[in-house]
Amino acid sequence: MASLLEIRDLHLHMRSYEGSAHVLNGINLTVNRGEIWGLVGESGCGKSLTGLSVSRLAASPPATYSKGQILLEGKDLLPLTQGEMQKLRGKRIGMIFQDPTTNLNPAFRIGEQLVDVALAAAAQDESILDCPPASGNRTRRAAAMRLAGEMLEKVGIPNAQARLASYPHEFSGGMRQRVLIAMAMIGRPDLLIADEPTTALDVSIQAQILKQIKVNVAEYDMGVVLITHNLGVVAQTCSHVAVMYAGNIVESGPVAAVIGKPVHPYTRALLSAIPTKETKRGALKGLAGAVPNLINPPPGCRFAPRCAFAQAACTRETPAAESVGPNHSAACIRATEMEALTHD
Amino acid sequence: MIDTTPMLEICDVSKIYPGRRGMFGSSAEVHALSNVSLSVRRGESFGLVGESGSGKTTMTRSILQLEKPTSGAIRFMGKDMAQLSSTEIRHLRSRIQIVFQDPYASLNPRMSVHDIVTEPMLIHVGSLGLNARQRTDRAAELLSLVGLGPQHLRRYPHEFSGGQRQRICIARALASGPELLILDEPTSALDVSVQAQVLNLLFDLQDKLGLTYFFISHDLAVVRYLCDRVALILHGKIVEEGSSDEIFDNPKSNYAKMLIGAMPEVRV
Amino acid sequence: MTDSVSTDLHSLPKYDKLRRAFFRFRQSKLSLLGGVLVALVLFFTAFGTALAPYPEHVAGGVDTANRFIPPSWAYPFGTNELGQDVLSLVMAGTTVSVLAGFGVVLIGSVIGTVVGAIAGFAGGWIDEALMRLTDLTLTIPGLILAMAIAAALGPGFGNMVIAISLSWWPGYARLVRGEVLAAREEVYVTAARAIGATPQRILFRHILPNTVSPIIVKMSLDMGFAILTVAGLGFIGIGVRPPTPEWGTLLSISRSYMPDFWWTAMAPGMAMFVAVFGFNLLGDGLRDVLDPKARR
Repeated sequence: MASLLEIRDLHLHMRSYEGSAHVLNGINLTVNRGEIWGLVGESGCGKSLTGLSVSRLAASPPATYSKGQILLEGKDLLPLTQGEMQKLRGKRIGMIFQDPTTNLNPAFRIGEQLVDVALAAAAQDESILDCPPASGNRTRRAAAMRLAGEMLEKVGIPNAQARLASYPHEFSGGMRQRVLIAMAMIGRPDLLIADEPTTALDVSIQAQILKQIKVNVAEYDMGVVLITHNLGVVAQTCSHVAVMYAGNIVESGPVAAVIGKPVHPYTRALLSAIPTKETKRGALKGLAGAVPNLINPPPGCRFAPRCAFAQAACTRETPAAESVGPNHSAACIRATEMEALTHD
Repeated sequence: MIDTTPMLEICDVSKIYPGRRGMFGSSAEVHALSNVSLSVRRGESFGLVGESGSGKTTMTRSILQLEKPTSGAIRFMGKDMAQLSSTEIRHLRSRIQIVFQDPYASLNPRMSVHDIVTEPMLIHVGSLGLNARQRTDRAAELLSLVGLGPQHLRRYPHEFSGGQRQRICIARALASGPELLILDEPTSALDVSVQAQVLNLLFDLQDKLGLTYFFISHDLAVVRYLCDRVALILHGKIVEEGSSDEIFDNPKSNYAKMLIGAMPEVRV
Repeated sequence: MTDSVSTDLHSLPKYDKLRRAFFRFRQSKLSLLGGVLVALVLFFTAFGTALAPYPEHVAGGVDTANRFIPPSWAYPFGTNELGQDVLSLVMAGTTVSVLAGFGVVLIGSVIGTVVGAIAGFAGGWIDEALMRLTDLTLTIPGLILAMAIAAALGPGFGNMVIAISLSWWPGYARLVRGEVLAAREEVYVTAARAIGATPQRILFRHILPNTVSPIIVKMSLDMGFAILTVAGLGFIGIGVRPPTPEWGTLLSISRSYMPDFWWTAMAPGMAMFVAVFGFNLLGDGLRDVLDPKARR
């Protein structure tokens, strides 16, 4: 059986004043049902664009896909028209974005907004509403409203039935993000793309929302791509992680392997930049430099200019992903040496 | 001899925003701060941890004299700020400076880096006494201090990355020669790699310039790394206060326990 | 521009900003068309009178032997009731119409900016008083107000511009007040207050420079409408008096000879259309460049 999501060798260019930037440079990623993939990296690495590509929401132009495929259960999404994609969004692919305020229409009650999404999804899969076939509009609306209430309850909104009649401004930031999760989940998508869903929220609420996403994955057997810059969130929530740098996935695999025994120098650098209990005053290791300009990316490995382990060969060869453990791969020509270095 | 006067003393401060009664509904009064007392010692890094709506912002605005507390007193170097004349307050502003959370919003997009960094020196020209040339030299010096260079003086904010902008903000905050720096979540909009650089820069500056930090954050890992002492604030009340080690290793209040439990730590 | 400019982007930041802006501007074909049309209109504003094929007609000369000649090679847009070349009159009329429009927008935006900035920055009763005055001006239809003022001041170019300007500023006052209110809440303004900046410094250094873009966009969008209003006053007969050629006046006179001698009305009408269309497209393009947030 085909994987839920398979991104194969995806290349994306962005045209701008300075020239054409190669912002996704051959992305390979496979997400199965039941898996939560964390997509991490610094800003400007292409995490969000990867997510937007799957839902085909990257504005085009300036974005152009020069190569590759995005397969949803074996079906390539790239050739689809926006109309065809629109049918998939909400139903097959759910999305949650960072800012919960701008993604709800302030003029409509929460319940109505949820019902609209549910009815749109039901247009393709009648079973969502759980009402007899060929029921009238009234019955369908009532069923959708019932479903909306259930969803709100599931994402942990107290007094859910009554809150259906509330407007977005009557909710706090954390509650709004829950509403958006409910909205993304109401069509029972197979794939959820969450782009920094908790970055704007307090840690206590973040913990609850991440837990909620985990619960939903187990309940609906869906797959999740969680885009974040917070490795702590990944360690807490995800089953797998892909580390992105300058348009490439430089390391990927199960969370325990990638975070426990990181191989790629970039992953190691990211991990050592996080202060822990043991870090002594002033001893935190930053990562000097910045993500390179992708119009003229550095030759060879794009991370080489910032890499503490770079050799002359690194600026010549573009490293391919190689296996460094079960399901664990890294794109570094010194991967085997780096593995040995991991445990000192 | 050790000066034992606290640098900043917040004594029993409350701030109540009055409720509104009007044709289109009314709102109850908001107790943003309730009887908050804190003291920050010279040369230390004091962390204030709280989630949104806890009163952190009201606290910074009160310290900066952008708002008046409803009751209580804020003392800087032993002097009650409410008793100061407007000239004294102006002078005080050169001694307390702030770095904001969002480096994208806190720099005027129409001003060059030179103008941004020299503005505090221009405003406090009376006490600093620098002429135009000296101001430019000082700006170049400050930029080098925060890890940028004189070549950046003629550029505009939009040409810089988030981390670089935050360095510019720090340079601006240092321009008037402050003793107390309020750091309002200075790294929460930055990538971890950049955050580490900025945190290390803050340590460096503290060692070089003997600054006192009042660090506001919701990121406990960062607070533990940077701060000597910490206070937790919830709904405008201080719920726990102590040394960083004490609070993180042996939290007493439920709130502290909950926060520490919710901290997303990189552990496998 | 030479290649050395593009090789080193940071040596000339000012230049680079312009080039960047032009790149964004030319992303839209319509903006480019607007730019070209406006350039054409401005060209005739400057040189229309000098380039007119029959300068004696522009000066008021008549040629009654050649009345109402339809468009031909000698007279591309025909001649009018006095035997004057319509093309020459329209070309020369550009100067008055565009300069008047520009004067109106300029005076209107200056008054509006001052009123709006004071209202937004001072707040309280000053804001209240100024904005009620603005609302009051808005309640009177612009053209009627302009007519009343023009009638009181008497005809003439200067009086016409002043008359229209006095009904033109409220839009700018409201725009600027809104922008100032928004800019006041910016973090960099709080930062300036924390440094100890005086209110004057905050207003002139931090707030006003950040409201310039929307004002320029509105000025460009308004140009077309101002030209139309100027023509409207000319059409009613309170504006520039013949023989000074002006689009509205030309149109007004030719009205009596419709539809038989349609060409006398077509050229001034087309000229207005091109000018209004061009300035609107340019304004949209400028908005994309200067004020990307407002993009639809």
